[in-house]
Amino acid sequence: MAGESNGAGVFGSSIRRREDPELITGRAKYTDDLQLPNTAHCTILRSDYAHAKINSIDASEAEALDGVIAVYTASDIAESGVPGGIPVGWLLPDMVIPEHFMLAKDTTRYVGDGVAIVVAEDQYTAHDALDLIYVDYDPRDGVADPKKATEEGAPLVHDEAQNNIAFDWEIGDKESADTAFANAAHVASLDIVNNRLIPNAMEPRAALADYNNITGELTLYMTTQNPHIHRLLMSLASLGLPEHKIRVIAPEVGGGFGSKIHHYADEAIAAWASMQLGRPVKWTATRTETYLTDAHGRDHVTHAEMAIDANGKFTGLRVDTYAAMGAYLSTFAPAVPTYLYGTLMSGEYDLPAIHCHVYGVFTHTVPVDAYRGAGRPEATFVVERLVDEAARVTGLDPAEIRRRNFVAPDNFPFQTQVALAYDSGNYEGALDKALEAIGYDDFRKEQAALREQGRYVGIGLSTYIEACGLAPSAVVGSLGAQAGQWESAVVRVHATGKVTVYSGCSGHGQGHETTYAQIVASALGVPYEDIDVIEGDSGVMPHGWGTYGSRSAATGGSAIASAAEKVVDKARTIAAHLLEAAEEDLEFEDGNFFVKGSPDQAQSLPDVALQAYLAHNLPKGIEPALEATSFYDPENFVFPFGTHIAVVEVCANTGQVDLQRYLAVDDVGNVINPMIVDGQVHGGIAQGVGQSLYETAVYDEGANLLSGTMLDYAVPKAHFLPSFETDRTVTPCPHNPLGVKGVGEAGTIASPAAVVNAVVDALSPFGVNHIDMPVTSEKVWNAMN
Amino acid sequence: MGISIELEVNGASVSKEVEPRLLLAHLLREELGLTGTKIGCDTSQCGSCTILLDGQAVKSCTVLAVQADGSEITTIEGLANGEYHPVQQAFWDNHGLQCGFCTPGMIISCVDLLSTNPQPSEDEIRHGLEGNLCRCTGYHNIVRAVQDAAETMNG
Repeated sequence: MAGESNGAGVFGSSIRRREDPELITGRAKYTDDLQLPNTAHCTILRSDYAHAKINSIDASEAEALDGVIAVYTASDIAESGVPGGIPVGWLLPDMVIPEHFMLAKDTTRYVGDGVAIVVAEDQYTAHDALDLIYVDYDPRDGVADPKKATEEGAPLVHDEAQNNIAFDWEIGDKESADTAFANAAHVASLDIVNNRLIPNAMEPRAALADYNNITGELTLYMTTQNPHIHRLLMSLASLGLPEHKIRVIAPEVGGGFGSKIHHYADEAIAAWASMQLGRPVKWTATRTETYLTDAHGRDHVTHAEMAIDANGKFTGLRVDTYAAMGAYLSTFAPAVPTYLYGTLMSGEYDLPAIHCHVYGVFTHTVPVDAYRGAGRPEATFVVERLVDEAARVTGLDPAEIRRRNFVAPDNFPFQTQVALAYDSGNYEGALDKALEAIGYDDFRKEQAALREQGRYVGIGLSTYIEACGLAPSAVVGSLGAQAGQWESAVVRVHATGKVTVYSGCSGHGQGHETTYAQIVASALGVPYEDIDVIEGDSGVMPHGWGTYGSRSAATGGSAIASAAEKVVDKARTIAAHLLEAAEEDLEFEDGNFFVKGSPDQAQSLPDVALQAYLAHNLPKGIEPALEATSFYDPENFVFPFGTHIAVVEVCANTGQVDLQRYLAVDDVGNVINPMIVDGQVHGGIAQGVGQSLYETAVYDEGANLLSGTMLDYAVPKAHFLPSFETDRTVTPCPHNPLGVKGVGEAGTIASPAAVVNAVVDALSPFGVNHIDMPVTSEKVWNAMN
Repeated sequence: MGISIELEVNGASVSKEVEPRLLLAHLLREELGLTGTKIGCDTSQCGSCTILLDGQAVKSCTVLAVQADGSEITTIEGLANGEYHPVQQAFWDNHGLQCGFCTPGMIISCVDLLSTNPQPSEDEIRHGLEGNLCRCTGYHNIVRAVQDAAETMNG
């Protein structure tokens, strides 16, 4: 392991994380750890019914309970004059956008929909009081399955959405795809359910709102991946407070995986209650509440087919998907099964004709929105499962059919048929490295021998690509985003040469304080220890868009690199003045400016910084101080790729799947900190393996959530998983200053297809060509028998 | 009506009058300000609230404060003794944490595991940690950290 060292060599080394000492000692403060004087505690009564009319609410007993400060319902919020809305932030053409308020007004639309608020002196009383509120419901039928929800006669979630369809979206060229199928030598076809997932960040969502009714300022500590987005939506849609009177702070945040991007009712409720009472109000979700309110992920029902010519070349792809939106349109929900899904359908392949059609469907369930990978795992699963099915119907080996169809290394940038232009890649390079590491050819021989003995092992490939590093603002704007996707940074060199870096991203476990300092140490040539990184506070940094979509290195890191470059440029001007030399004659090396050939007469960055702050002797036209701000808007997405391979053995008697090996060769461009990148890959794989083998959110026919606690929803435990084998190839991103791509979601995107392909491979003697996730023993045993 | 309890927390004597239903986790967090102990679920699955009670790892969300009367408790705040406990050090050295929320409970469970099984195999480590959930690391580097700590402690 490299030490915590100085200067230029820091970029690319596995420095231990500077975040960790506070975390391993219990000193770090998460939202629920914070205590303000006179804090009241808030709980929220939630609908027990997936779909019901509210006839009346009797809160008198709750209000009379000792320690209860107030009970509020939707009418109280309406009467307070605030907008009270929970908006959607991505608009598709002709999309049905139902009203969504902080509390249900007269109809509940999922189990968990908020109905009433209790504020009490302590949390125990606040929970007690929930049991003393009596709601007279008129229950109605509900529907949870996104395909069934579109059928005639299905209960409507919103009267204005016919057949529960929120949007009807397509990408690609149907005519050319149909022609490809008309002329195909082979067709591979699959029906696929992409199972609904619950994010399960270990820290439940929480908010501590402190409204100062003298100044009219709200300070909101909350579990957020993007404080500025929350400030904006709190201001515009929920609370009506001016944006500059709201300060959103992300203290330590215990994981997110997308679930802390979105603007939910609950944090707005805590803030609104604080505004009513003029004292701090805290809301902390129980785990059961997180299951009923954190936006879920995935939940697609898909039919997909691939046309293949006589040489095993893919000629066309058709995909039809029903994507659940849940009961309301969550913040970025419409983007997930459209622009983060349909645009990935070319995979790593030179596919000449693609058509993808998606219905976004309302169901009586928790809203669905971005969860780690967000659309790209679903797309990758469709493409990579179809590729294996194509191998089966053509009789080609799964590795061989991929080779025949990869985008060639000399064909970049590669324009797909579904809008994206891939920046760089070497797909066969990653595949070869992975196949060699796993011993693919030997495995095939061993597999055949074991089958003779009645043992069923399988190997599964997933040669994935993803589009991340969100994103060019004009592009996402043209696609419906009601947000920019650039990122901000401030690099401030103090008079003593110490440095503070501010980022508009907002980490929650990714190690930004370490990796951002590594970027700046290399750029400025100052000691790593002399650099502090601050993020996650809308009150102290320029507007930023936060951390999700594997954007914090590619977009946030590039903003920092760009700001650091501006600092160096200004320092060079001052140094040239001090050295009485021409700027173009100066070298900048290890934090020192000097005239070429005269390194002994140098001005160090701290020397220059001091002079910049004294401002006694600055070049004409140069302002005092030494800092720079950058707003970096990327010119394209970034496109990490790689090959993941799973090896499984299926027990012939029980159907139990044993994941024996998992190997990942990822290409995420240049790597800032290999240790942290490997950690991101590990965690991503675990979540994808979780989806493929263990996890699923189960609703019954009446749209009741059956997997409502950690007892019923299988978050993987340590012994559910093997150790992971990881390796990399490096194809730098050509269009950002660091050459980085992004790594946060790669493992989750690649792994479900690798695992299921391995199980299907193991079961090929039984004529099995697909099993839906999670691949449980029961499903496998039934498939074998 | 409050019930009087006396216990030792991280080496300091504590006397409190508590509601009979108060959970030990809430006593530690709300009354004693020891917020290093986390609460991540309401069904005793996640293990974020794990502490040492008379030397044994327990989930403090499943213990009433009154049940801890007369006991010795060590939380994550009390684990380091001038320098990091070898398990803390190993978590840092091996990148055994990301968001850090499960980490206090995870570290305490690892301390308990190594006290009963000083040289666990990988399989024993994985099964030994089945009461603690981590969503960030995939457990890969947690296993490495426990192996590293075992090596240090067996020195």
